[in-house]
Amino acid sequence: MLSPEDRAASAPAPDSSADGVEPMPKGKADYLPLLLLPALAAGALAIMLWQGVPLSTWITLTIAALAMGAMIFVIASGLTLVFGLMDVLNFGHGAFIAVGAYLAMTTLLPLAGWVEANSLLLNLSALGLAMLVAMLGTGVLGLAFERIIIMPVYGQHLKQILITTGGLIVAEQLIHVVWGGDQKPMPLPSALRGAIVVGNVALEKFRLLAVAIGLLVFLGMLLLLNRSKLGLLIRAGVENGEMVEALGYRIRRLFAVVFVAGCALAGLGGTLWALYRETLTASIGSEVIVLVFIVIIIGGLGSVGGCFLGALLVAQMANYTGYLAPKLALASNIGLMVAILMWRPQGLYPVAKR
Amino acid sequence: MLRALLSDDLPDSRLLSALLLAILLLLALAPLLFSGAQAINTAAKICVFIVLVASYDLLLGYTGIVSFAHTMFYGIGGYGVGLALYGWGASWAAAGAGLGLALVSGIALALVIGLFSLRVRAIFFAMITLAVASAFAILAAQLSEYTGGEDGRSFRVPELLRPSYVLTELPLLGPVTGRTLAYYLVFVSALVLFLAALRIVNSPFGRVLQAIRENDFRAEALGYRTVSYRTAANCLAAAMAVVAGGLNALWLRYTGPDTTLSFSIMVDILLMVVIGGMGTMYGAAIGASLFVLAQNYLQKLMATAAQATEAVPLLAKLLHPDRWLLWLGILFVLSVYFFPTGIVGKLREAKTSPRLRAPAQP
Repeated sequence: MLSPEDRAASAPAPDSSADGVEPMPKGKADYLPLLLLPALAAGALAIMLWQGVPLSTWITLTIAALAMGAMIFVIASGLTLVFGLMDVLNFGHGAFIAVGAYLAMTTLLPLAGWVEANSLLLNLSALGLAMLVAMLGTGVLGLAFERIIIMPVYGQHLKQILITTGGLIVAEQLIHVVWGGDQKPMPLPSALRGAIVVGNVALEKFRLLAVAIGLLVFLGMLLLLNRSKLGLLIRAGVENGEMVEALGYRIRRLFAVVFVAGCALAGLGGTLWALYRETLTASIGSEVIVLVFIVIIIGGLGSVGGCFLGALLVAQMANYTGYLAPKLALASNIGLMVAILMWRPQGLYPVAKR
Repeated sequence: MLRALLSDDLPDSRLLSALLLAILLLLALAPLLFSGAQAINTAAKICVFIVLVASYDLLLGYTGIVSFAHTMFYGIGGYGVGLALYGWGASWAAAGAGLGLALVSGIALALVIGLFSLRVRAIFFAMITLAVASAFAILAAQLSEYTGGEDGRSFRVPELLRPSYVLTELPLLGPVTGRTLAYYLVFVSALVLFLAALRIVNSPFGRVLQAIRENDFRAEALGYRTVSYRTAANCLAAAMAVVAGGLNALWLRYTGPDTTLSFSIMVDILLMVVIGGMGTMYGAAIGASLFVLAQNYLQKLMATAAQATEAVPLLAKLLHPDRWLLWLGILFVLSVYFFPTGIVGKLREAKTSPRLRAPAQP
């Protein structure tokens, strides 16, 4: 995962600029939290088999959990990076989820022909266009949000929480003004409806797409963070922002870039989530944001790898308990969070700073 | 006498004192002045919210931690009293036992949440409280065989508080019913709790809380265990919120998710604290009174405005009475930026600045 390497980067690295003359000292990789994932799945499997639930149900639930985890990760990754880089916790993140979903819906409406067409290519291009619009829209909105709402309160946690919550209230009300408050349908493109049946396991097509997109985002983010100059600066900023500034980089601008990217990802995630639910209300953001907060707390604030693992864990928990004891779905995730915080009070992969 | 009652924390501004006195008198005489049910309901709601907001201010304004679980404690109080009266019959013993159970479980929950999340980083607290409160709200709605689910529970209150009970006939004012007694129960409890909160924040304990708000590192360096103080503040605030919830349930004779647990009430509390003035108990009183009045009367005003601007398409939508939260939200953001001390801070400032009193208060 990412964090061990982060820690390695912070260790005194003697002249690492000279092309790999001396290899960077590697931090000890921490694989223990990764075991939680199979442990949770195995535990759920044991309970289900004991209760006489067929194996195929477990597989379907696990795939559903992967899809849900991928979507939550897409939403949460931006939030955790923004926090890691600039110590800004954006409680208004939910607004971007909702705005992204509504923008995608507005784009899909005139493209109804493409959505209903019986061709995968047309379907996917309609969906791609909707996602693009959602990401662009939320990105621009994110830039405005950063400049107007967040910029004046850097470094003041209390005001940040209040201001971003206020921003969330205003944004939700504005959604009501622009799109109306009633529940909107969000139909899936025809080629993505239904499921592929393998043996007696049903794999919903859209879930597979969501998993693919989530993995793509995760891999892209890992590559960007670990293999590019921008990523290097971001990681350095998470470790020690003042030092990055002292080296002559404008960390505020870097932060704005990350913030906008995070908002765009929230828009993408919101689109996926709305398609997954197939309906859309203005409160979609607040529904997801609770899970997102649990995920970034579990993962360790500021850690992308921890965020990915946390998203999968939370989604697994939600799906398994959603099937076994539906009333306890969210409460079980609180339990998961408590258990993990008892084990590691800073989250699974704590970021060294602060 | 007055100084002792107010714990030596006087309003310190003539206009503010006048406003507070007006609120106190109106609330104290509400059943005599107004006859309509809506006016009395509004007055009772103001009383309950003054307690709720004052206890929240203890956290936000004095200790400097943001909690999103305050409605959860409010709900615990409401459900505690409500379900006890529903299940064990309409007696004072049931109400007391319900409130006691609610207090114990509320304080225990606050203690656990505090120890878990305040230990690491204060910002954890905001997120964890949000998560726990949503889980609690969902649980309360789901466990419908106990809580009545989304519909909530209506119950009978003890005989003395029922509208049909007539205590005495007063010559000019008509009958004094149980409803009036219930109102005064709410009013007196609210007054006592408000003065108690004022006492707490002006005690040495309250001073430590303020020190933690200003600079927790220094407070720790001075030898105060900030975690313990923050957790204690969290428990105190939770206990007050539980009592406020119990009072509200007694007054409404109903308890349900929408009146106690919903996130919109949390937003209301935030707005009241910030608009009234963080870090002053009087801000809670002013904020709660203004906000509840605005909630009831702003919507009517906006309806008229929306009708007047019907021709302008977007404006009419913006002024639709359902959008009142939009305007309060904007007011909230603006006041966090420009008047972080709220109405009370502004009033106190206005009093001190013209005379340029050099470092007057310690």
